[in-house]
Amino acid sequence: MKNFAFHRPKSVADAVALLRANDGAKALAGGQSLLPVMKLDMAQPSDLVSLAGIAELRDIRIDGDRVILGALATHDDVNRSADIARVLPALAQLAGGIGDAQVRNRGTIGGSLAHADPAADYPAAAVALGATIATDRRRISADDFFTGLFSTALERDELVTAVHFPAAAKCSYAKFAHRASKYAVVGVMVAKTAAGVRVAVTGAGPKVFRVPGMEAALAARFSPAALDGIAVSPADLNGDSEASAEFRAHLIGVMAKRAVASA
Amino acid sequence: MGASVRRKEDKRFLVGKGQYTDDITLPNQSYAAFVRSHHAHARIVSIGKAAALAAPGVLAVLTGEDVAADQLGPLPCGWLVKSKDGSNMVEPPHPALAQGKVRHVGDPVAMVIAGTKAQAKEAAALVEVEYDPLPAVAQIADAIAPGAPLVHDEAKGNVCYDWHLGDAAATDAQFAKAAKVVSIEITNNRLVPNAMEPRSANGYYDSVNDQYTLYTTSQNPHVIRLLMGAFTLHVPDHKLRVIAPDVGGGFGSKIYHYAEELLTVWASRRVGRPVKWTADRNEAFMSDAHGRDHVTAAELALAANGKFLGLRVHTLANMGGYLSTFAPAIPTYLYGTLLSGPYVIPAIYCEVKAIFTHTVPIDAYRGAGRPEAAYVLERLVDKAARELGIDRVEIRRQNFIRPDQFPYQTPVALQYDTGDYHSTLELALKAIDYAGFEKRRAEAKARGKLRGIGVSTYIEACGIAPSAVVGSLGARAGLYEVGTVRVHPTGGVTVFTGTHSHGQGHETTFAQLVVEKLGVPLDQVEVVHGDTGRIPFGMGTYGSRSAAVGGTAIVKAIDKVIDKGKKIAAHLLEANVADVEFKDGKFQVVGTDRAKAFGEIAFAAYVPHNYPIETVEPGLEETAFYDPKNFTFPGGSHIVEVEVDPDTGVVQVVDVAIADDVGTIINPMIVDGQAHGGLAQGIGQALYEECLYDKDGQLLTASYMNYCMPRAADLPMFKVGNHATPCTHNPIGVKGVGEVGAIGVPPAVINAVLDALAPLGVTHIDMPATPEKVWRAIQTARH
Repeated sequence: MKNFAFHRPKSVADAVALLRANDGAKALAGGQSLLPVMKLDMAQPSDLVSLAGIAELRDIRIDGDRVILGALATHDDVNRSADIARVLPALAQLAGGIGDAQVRNRGTIGGSLAHADPAADYPAAAVALGATIATDRRRISADDFFTGLFSTALERDELVTAVHFPAAAKCSYAKFAHRASKYAVVGVMVAKTAAGVRVAVTGAGPKVFRVPGMEAALAARFSPAALDGIAVSPADLNGDSEASAEFRAHLIGVMAKRAVASA
Repeated sequence: MGASVRRKEDKRFLVGKGQYTDDITLPNQSYAAFVRSHHAHARIVSIGKAAALAAPGVLAVLTGEDVAADQLGPLPCGWLVKSKDGSNMVEPPHPALAQGKVRHVGDPVAMVIAGTKAQAKEAAALVEVEYDPLPAVAQIADAIAPGAPLVHDEAKGNVCYDWHLGDAAATDAQFAKAAKVVSIEITNNRLVPNAMEPRSANGYYDSVNDQYTLYTTSQNPHVIRLLMGAFTLHVPDHKLRVIAPDVGGGFGSKIYHYAEELLTVWASRRVGRPVKWTADRNEAFMSDAHGRDHVTAAELALAANGKFLGLRVHTLANMGGYLSTFAPAIPTYLYGTLLSGPYVIPAIYCEVKAIFTHTVPIDAYRGAGRPEAAYVLERLVDKAARELGIDRVEIRRQNFIRPDQFPYQTPVALQYDTGDYHSTLELALKAIDYAGFEKRRAEAKARGKLRGIGVSTYIEACGIAPSAVVGSLGARAGLYEVGTVRVHPTGGVTVFTGTHSHGQGHETTFAQLVVEKLGVPLDQVEVVHGDTGRIPFGMGTYGSRSAAVGGTAIVKAIDKVIDKGKKIAAHLLEANVADVEFKDGKFQVVGTDRAKAFGEIAFAAYVPHNYPIETVEPGLEETAFYDPKNFTFPGGSHIVEVEVDPDTGVVQVVDVAIADDVGTIINPMIVDGQAHGGLAQGIGQALYEECLYDKDGQLLTASYMNYCMPRAADLPMFKVGNHATPCTHNPIGVKGVGEVGAIGVPPAVINAVLDALAPLGVTHIDMPATPEKVWRAIQTARH
């Protein structure tokens, strides 16, 4: 690991100012993705701007029928929140399946979304539920947020401050975890909200994506059987030593049905 | 003996006070980092040291040229295997730092020594190595293809040796009269040992006294001293001290003499400071010797009634880029000799070709050759049962060596002393409720799961080994063991053993031996291991040998202590030595109440005021060297139940029941623990673990992000049973337990998976049975 300067600002404005002032600076939330790549010298930031001193970013609030998560809400916070369990239990369930206990104690929703790992779980929730990502300067819809492999619509000096999830009439997440890393080989979030039915898939492609054919079928009839015969092409899917593109395509069908069945 | 005494060593481990190699920091310590090849095969064009040498804190940058200039010997191979035609195996040199060429990803090219670990790592990144990449081969099939790139020019066709065992003509004759021949083609997946503690070495040269010291993560410090003294560093034994302090797991991977051990000591002499290196996990994946990696075709000849007639086995074994210390012995003398299993097989013929590839060297990993043999045989026996329509338990019962046939001479060199395979099988069948399985299968089917049950009945040879036997087979060392028992003046006992404990609990079990024999309390006994400066000699711990060979050496030393004690007691009690017996911790004149406590005799030995000084020396300390008469032969039955999710291919192990014959048990809790660990690793091999290289020799699984270790949540509670037939040729009756789980369980898991999938028409799957492999097997069978 290369040496770096360490900052611990007390406000979002100060954090943004530090990011702006240092070209090589990276924001540090839970550090569960950034620190491992720094240890391997795959990331060599000149400055780390720790967000740990910004207390208001940890808030979890229920606002009417919306769940608002501060960017620093840890996966464990979300998993154990009684409010979320009541309003949006699928989100709590998803958070409880991220990584392992150590990762869940440190990792945050803001960090996960900003990192945009193609196999992370939260992007599926954000897209399936049509979440809104609030930053220090604007609001971005989840549909516009993820732009590619490890890429988002965020500016280099822009910080996620909160994520707004609408409640859902039906919602569930089914994940086929990588045996070693426990990341999603295929993770499917199915949600029926006021905006309609959405099916979002993580782990299988370069970024989270929706499956319109499944959404249409489920809008007509919200039942696992409605998905019979709807195949996802393996053409654009990831393939690796854990699962080929063909196997991932198959698993999307299986996981989508399981999500619908338990929604 | 026989009590589940809590482990004496656990307190220091549980409170974080273990002393591992990396915990040892010497005055004026410096640190090493290695530059390792990221090519599988390349010519080294040049190595630019200047930038690294100019970096802060750097003391030296050393390369293969420096190794050659200082005439360090190549890393030696400890076993010579001969080919069928009588020629010696091809044994190319293995330089400690690459010279001219690199032959696997991770091959060390340069060593950077600096004042801190961070400085060494930073400077290592500045060493400029120019490579001329060459075509590489990683898989056995590619390495033996015509025109394949050669790993070593002297090994034509990449063949190290072409060995055989058994009687080909007799086997042909058995096949000629067979009613049925069953054949199988299988692979045994390459594994990374993954000891919890990564390898580490700290070398120190004391120029004032001309003394060398090495702290190292080793299972056998005396072997390392022997190899360094005689072959690599070229210093006399008495000038070199090797200390293996607490070691966090070995599983075979810490047997071998690794380059870093030699290099840290050598570098210390060059820079005048102690030099420490500790592997990080990625480095461990690409530099610890790997295990297994076989491709095998085998055929079993049977009579119409299911009796085994003959076995033919043809195996290709991957050696990696260089020969590791014991590599050639693993797929030959620890594999071919085990192919009779627990069965009567009238004739066996086995051929093994060892193949060089551009991969990390392969050597022993928990079980070492014996899991590969059990896997071949147990897959084949299950397939034979299916094809002949005989129950798979019945076919095993029918072919077992019966208890009245011991000692049993196999057609592949070994002579088993004892065993009772019928009893262990019945125990395991009962423990898992074999009779009730079909009900559980139906219940699982109602839940959409395919349930299967798999049986494996295995044998292993351990307690290695009779030196004359292994010497005749090409071993370049003896395999006896050494124990010293020092009785202190006030009756406490220190045991010095040449074996090494890196998780096995010797500090407790060996102390239990002393308690049993001398009647002293457990807390009066200390066991010392892992230091050539304190222990006379020893061959270390591997091959489940410590209790059978090391324990016996201790027992023989205790017997000498007792004999001497009798002479002292006879003098004090004014009796004939022949009339003195040692019982219940006392030396007593037979038939009288005249006795001396053990402590009184110890005191008299050190304060010899009233003492038979003319015939008996003062002091009470004895050493025994013990060379075993035979191997020991643990065996048993492992039964596994799995449930397969046909939609995802996920296999869940839902029940495991085993019954082992490990001989006399010293500490049941430790025996259970050894079985548990072996089972976890065996299930890991069957379902989770696989070291993968791509076509170009790039290591695809170099971290826990994609190399899958079994986790506690993947495993059910294990039902562990025992049925002992004590070993007949050592005084304790022990056979060995360290490897039984890893040997017995992999075929049971795969046989269970195939049993679950049999209704769909699936007849074959290779380890590890990953979800995608299972799913594909189902798809193929359905279409």
